[in-house]
Amino acid sequence: MLKINGKEIEFITGENVWHAAKRAGFFIPGLCSHPDFSVKANCRVCVVEIEGRKNLAASCSTETQDGMVIMTETERVQRSRNLNLEMIFAEHVERCPTCVWRFNCKLLEYAGRYKIRINTLKDRKSNRPVYRFANAVEIDSSQCIDCRNCVDACSKLQKINYLEIKGKGRHQEVCPTEDKAKDCIYCGQCAVHCPVSATQEQTHWEEVEMEMKNEKKIVVAQFAPSIRVSIGEEFGLPYGEVVTGQLVGGLKQLGFDYVFDVNFAADITAVVEAEELAERIKDRTTQSHPSPLPAQRDHERKQNGGNNALPMFTASCPAWIKYVEFYRPDLIPNLTASRSPQVHGGGIVKTYWAKKMNIDPKRIVVVSIMPCTSKKFEADRPEMVIIGGFPVDYVLTTRELAFMLKKNRIDLAKLKAGQADSPFGEHTGAAAIYGASGGVMESALRTAADWLKKKGEKINLEIKAVRGLEGVKEAEIAVSQTRLRALAINGIGNVDYLLANMDKYDYVEVMACPGGCIGGGGQPIPTTPEIRRKRDEALHEIDKGKKKRMAHENEEVLKVKRWLEEEGLAEEVLYTKHKKRK
Amino acid sequence: MKNIFQKIEQANLVGRGGANFSTAAKWEMVKNAKGEKKYVVCNASEGEPGVRKDRYILENHAGRVVDGMLVALEYLWADEGYLYLNHDYQDLRRKLDEAIGEHDFIKVFFKPESAGYIGGEESGCLNVLEGKRAEPRLKPPFPPTCGLWGQPTLINNVETFYDVSLVKSGEYKYSRFYTIDGDCVWHGVYEYPETATIEEILKKTKNYPDFPFFVQVGGAASGTVLNSKQLKQPAIGAGSIRIYSTAKRDPEKIITEWIEFFYRESCGQCTPCREGTYRLKEVLESGEPDWKLFADLLGNLKESSFCGLGAAAPVAVMSYIENVLSKDKNLSERLKEMVKAVNN
Repeated sequence: MLKINGKEIEFITGENVWHAAKRAGFFIPGLCSHPDFSVKANCRVCVVEIEGRKNLAASCSTETQDGMVIMTETERVQRSRNLNLEMIFAEHVERCPTCVWRFNCKLLEYAGRYKIRINTLKDRKSNRPVYRFANAVEIDSSQCIDCRNCVDACSKLQKINYLEIKGKGRHQEVCPTEDKAKDCIYCGQCAVHCPVSATQEQTHWEEVEMEMKNEKKIVVAQFAPSIRVSIGEEFGLPYGEVVTGQLVGGLKQLGFDYVFDVNFAADITAVVEAEELAERIKDRTTQSHPSPLPAQRDHERKQNGGNNALPMFTASCPAWIKYVEFYRPDLIPNLTASRSPQVHGGGIVKTYWAKKMNIDPKRIVVVSIMPCTSKKFEADRPEMVIIGGFPVDYVLTTRELAFMLKKNRIDLAKLKAGQADSPFGEHTGAAAIYGASGGVMESALRTAADWLKKKGEKINLEIKAVRGLEGVKEAEIAVSQTRLRALAINGIGNVDYLLANMDKYDYVEVMACPGGCIGGGGQPIPTTPEIRRKRDEALHEIDKGKKKRMAHENEEVLKVKRWLEEEGLAEEVLYTKHKKRK
Repeated sequence: MKNIFQKIEQANLVGRGGANFSTAAKWEMVKNAKGEKKYVVCNASEGEPGVRKDRYILENHAGRVVDGMLVALEYLWADEGYLYLNHDYQDLRRKLDEAIGEHDFIKVFFKPESAGYIGGEESGCLNVLEGKRAEPRLKPPFPPTCGLWGQPTLINNVETFYDVSLVKSGEYKYSRFYTIDGDCVWHGVYEYPETATIEEILKKTKNYPDFPFFVQVGGAASGTVLNSKQLKQPAIGAGSIRIYSTAKRDPEKIITEWIEFFYRESCGQCTPCREGTYRLKEVLESGEPDWKLFADLLGNLKESSFCGLGAAAPVAVMSYIENVLSKDKNLSERLKEMVKAVNN
């Protein structure tokens, strides 16, 4: 038995005081803990009184013992906890009016809950710098409360080790490393683990708002596969609730002129990638299949030394691309030449759709809503430029969109469902799972297998071995005479397995974030193992419910692709190049 | 011959680093812990101001210390030993190398200057040996089960290993080393029975003042302050005694020195110490000090710090106020307010 604030509850071996109190129905605040990391116990906001102990104990790092008597709200507890909070407030220069974290801020919540003024002590970090990483992520040191979650994310979780703690005592500061052999991949895991938004995306909602006010511009929103199962959380809906319709409604209410579903573009990506995979495999097996690639593309590929490198890597994750380009440029040939869904989507909007609607592409502003911070970097890559300029003009994270909706008092949970705009409203089940780990690969495999199979041969659409949140997953798919050996990695911290076992696989998906895009650096906070699992399951439910589950069954996709080929735009809209980065 | 472990147990050896933990109990924990390797670390970081006995022992009895480590290495079947030394003790290098001789599995490691005070805390010392930031680790797990590179590790103070060597050869006499300094003539390191009272030690060393004074025992930063009527008790902790002449010392200046020490040395890991020592300094520097905040910050350090050093940081100031200033009838108004706030 345990006694917490006079209430008796069962003792469970190995449980910490924080969880026991939660089980008993008592709230204990805390800032530095995250289920993705081992306990650090440095904020000291979760202190409690335990009978028989001289000093207070941190509830996050103290295991319960049978018979323990715990009090969470005594005067001693209040005095320490409130003072620690006051000192933390004074480490964090408040920039509430423009802070995307304003509606979720724990500091503000605790200040209200415990009636503590946030400015009793003088802010001591006003002169600290902001570190910016490309156009994607930033650390505002004047807001940092020294919890070190970002460093854990960068080193322990992602094993990139780009962020370091410099200085001692009150001088300590999280800084980018000076080691030239390391670089940020913009995955944003630091940001999605920051409790106070000191580490966060570089925001672009201000620019998007300006564009929407400009009457000459047609502002188009396109939302990623994984947003629909996560943004509901920001509005109090259960984890993994699918809110596609409300999301479209919310975007329209915000003032976007058109709203497209990136799932359509994901079908395109799956087809383009499957073509390339079939080609590379064909070269390996020397089987004679008719080339699914357009003649021009096939010719070019062969001229470029017939890039047949296997395994072929997916390249829908820009953080993974940055990883390869910076850390392993020798593996650039293994990356698929296919662009990612958001870039395909933007490109098609500014070519096919612009033509069809008779709009000058220069008037179109494409805004992607992404679960991701590195998508901001991807959209800005000069290699992406097509005739009408950049395919994607701005990228907002899930958090930025939630902030914009809340700021405009739009409650997504109460909205009527809207319908994404035609002709890009339709998508297959293959596109739906793009946001889940293994999904990009499974989608392309479905299409590739369908092409490679013998007439009448039945193929398995459910490649369950590559699903789920395990960091490293593999599957072997037998199609016709061909054996496809597939590997899916999520969490760049798991990439070493791939690098040591390259020759065992034909096709490899790498997603830099744990769980893939559903656990992306731009997703709602908190993002925990349990929440990732619920979002992941929700995406697979969408897939299951679709009649068409292979990307090339999407007739609109084939039509758009044909149009691009006829217009001679396929190369620039659908493919890209990668380059070594220093 | 009796087993060395039984001898240590019978001698009731306790750690001489300041925590007084039973040596036998610690050794048993390491002995029973499972690991691929085991390590023995001799902690000679001696970062506490006013304590110099480890240096004295290494200067005069290096062989004994190495012998104590060898006993531990053998008893625990440990693989490697580290002599973890204060950065300023480089001049002892040759002496130590000679004492270690052919036993090259004992390595001499000088704590980098930047590791500071916290680099002497036992888990902080492990971090420094591993090349990490000098910060204490979360406990449990404790070093005996999960220490250096995650392996079972025995960490004992220099004097403890010295005692072990004496126990082995049957020469242990229940005495210990005391460092005496401050406002007195005969500064130095002395050896007396561990039961000797502070008063006896001061008298025997001819250091007992003939002027109003108070002392700080167990370290000049984290040690407890006692008035001259409280000296009929043994010197606790790391066994140091610093004498302060009441007339010569300005109370606020002493308090500021203590606070500034912890302000400088805080590793920055936890809020109460990183922020608290900064705010304490801020209060002291203020023309209109908020003494209630000052008192709360001191209490909070003790109550909610991450490590033992943080929890000990307010001890000097609080005991000084309780045992000395509270009894002083001639305090300035400013100090009276401070004393009142802290005593509340």
